[in-house]
Amino acid sequence: MTDIKHLPENYLDYEQRSYGMDHQLYNWSMLTDRKAIKWPNGKKLALWINVSVQFFPMDQKGKPFKVPGGMTMPYPDLRHFSLRDYGNRVGIFRVLKALDKYQVKSTFAINSRLVQQAPYLVRKLAGRDDEIICHGWDMDTIHYGDAAQSEENNESALIEKSLNVLRQATGKPIKGWLSPAKNQSENTSRYLKENGIDFCCDWVNDDMPYPFNSTAGALWNMPLSTELDDQFILQTNLHSEESYLTQICDACDYLIDEAKEQGGRILTLNIHPWILGQPHRIAVLEKVLAYIMSKDEIWSASASDILSEFTAQQD
Amino acid sequence: MKANPEFYDYWPYENRPKIKWPNGAKVAFWVAPNIEFYELNPPANPHRAAWPQPYPAIQGYGTRDYGNRVGHMRQMKLLEKYGIRGSISLSTALCDHHPEIIEMCQERDWEFFSHGIYNTRYTYGMTEQQERDMIKDSMETIYKHTGQHCAGYLAPALSHSEQTLDLFAEVGTELFGKEGKETAGIYTCDLFHDDQPTPIHTRSGKRFVSIPYSLEMNDTIAYVVNKVEPRRYGQMIQNNFDRLYQEGAESGTVMCIPTHNYQVSCPHRIKAYEAALDYITNHPDVWVATGREIADYYLANGYDSTVESINQAKVNIDLSAMKEAK
Repeated sequence: MTDIKHLPENYLDYEQRSYGMDHQLYNWSMLTDRKAIKWPNGKKLALWINVSVQFFPMDQKGKPFKVPGGMTMPYPDLRHFSLRDYGNRVGIFRVLKALDKYQVKSTFAINSRLVQQAPYLVRKLAGRDDEIICHGWDMDTIHYGDAAQSEENNESALIEKSLNVLRQATGKPIKGWLSPAKNQSENTSRYLKENGIDFCCDWVNDDMPYPFNSTAGALWNMPLSTELDDQFILQTNLHSEESYLTQICDACDYLIDEAKEQGGRILTLNIHPWILGQPHRIAVLEKVLAYIMSKDEIWSASASDILSEFTAQQD
Repeated sequence: MKANPEFYDYWPYENRPKIKWPNGAKVAFWVAPNIEFYELNPPANPHRAAWPQPYPAIQGYGTRDYGNRVGHMRQMKLLEKYGIRGSISLSTALCDHHPEIIEMCQERDWEFFSHGIYNTRYTYGMTEQQERDMIKDSMETIYKHTGQHCAGYLAPALSHSEQTLDLFAEVGTELFGKEGKETAGIYTCDLFHDDQPTPIHTRSGKRFVSIPYSLEMNDTIAYVVNKVEPRRYGQMIQNNFDRLYQEGAESGTVMCIPTHNYQVSCPHRIKAYEAALDYITNHPDVWVATGREIADYYLANGYDSTVESINQAKVNIDLSAMKEAK
């Protein structure tokens, strides 16, 4: 190549090339080397339905990136703003009916800004016998960057505010956290731990919970699969609703089989009312729930219940 | 820069000499699990960014880590069930980071070939000496941890220079000699121009071949680039096999399934993959092999007749009109 930009001499230095990970955030561990887990009543597969209840601001800053599902048109992008808002006005009520029909214990990850934007909905969700976790401030407030960037962004205050607002509005302790776009800064885990959070759902490197070495102490990571996320399958991959159903059912069957040999597993479905709550899609959620809940091996539980059961079995 | 890398000559897919695989097999079939290590904070390369988000890019990193923590054991078990020995395209730093995985593959007599040191260190911008050092390091690491002479290469993250194949061939001979026959640096997976092995020109004149790596069957290409649905991917593999099996009756073909434990081993995808493996291995005339076995066999039994056939297929056409047009 002409005009090639050469690399520095130390490009072939490998400072982290040694046993385990190339960072200190968590320890290297293969799933099959861990203790087999037993879910209550001999169940094999815990079902964690996580409903992401989101607010996408129309005056999107997109920093450091535009969140998937966010505004894409020039301001004012009424089209995407209102399509997302649809989920909080209409879609969520279809989703709730489906969850109740199949008696699914659920977890709602709520953007704290919805306390102001849709207080009725926050109160409605808080009144259910389900779990609420914090989904950050809103979908345009992304946690990112190294430690210096995090401090510049005053991330510590952002996390404190997000949790205070949601705890006050719901009257619930709020022990779980899902970052917008599952993005974190180098400091996020530490600030979460300092603010009374027991688990985050941001890392997608495992099928079971594992402990995170935050500098403020152990924080658990709960495995909220992106691969099985409705937004990922239907919007990113543009697969059909029928294929979404097939993929979830195949995953369910596979994990039940694996659990019979290796101990309890978790099927985690992250769903969005602005996607599955559409009239042409809600039936596929009902079919998914009907299939899963028809299995004898299923334990429908909240994220915290699953984690409590899991941690009680650790040495 | 070149319009055509000219690693190989044009060789039409008709009137080729018959490739005869062992025991009259129609297809040489191999599976190449990529076992990779991506770094969370690699040094910047001005030609290509490792991650789209600022450090720490936990989504991309975590997705790859899933392959090692969770996915590897699933695929290994599956390949064992169908009597397939993997040919591992290895980020060789994984020998240092996750030696448990290397040991398990070695116990199963799998092949290890070089996929660079890390999949986040790109060849772009390397001097020839840097690239030579990187390739040498990777081959020495495989030897140190497994005792294997590294036969094959797939450049890290498919990042190449014009010299990549020459360097790999040369370093193989430099490290492991050529007494008797060459044991290292004999094949590349970097070229996707054919369904049969092809002699590759090297500046050293070493006998060196391209082994089909079937990029269209690569799970990451299918799932991430082409956004294929899992069961359709399983069907695509079977369709690919059907045609190569049919044509293999005339002259042996090669089919590879290049995989990644963070794609194909996900719970919603592995059943479709298993169905395809079951389908293929239930056919009688399939040679289930490794990349090295195919390369070795072809170098001994097909290479010379191919060179002859390529020379016979050369056609001279009057190019004076093209010169005048300039």
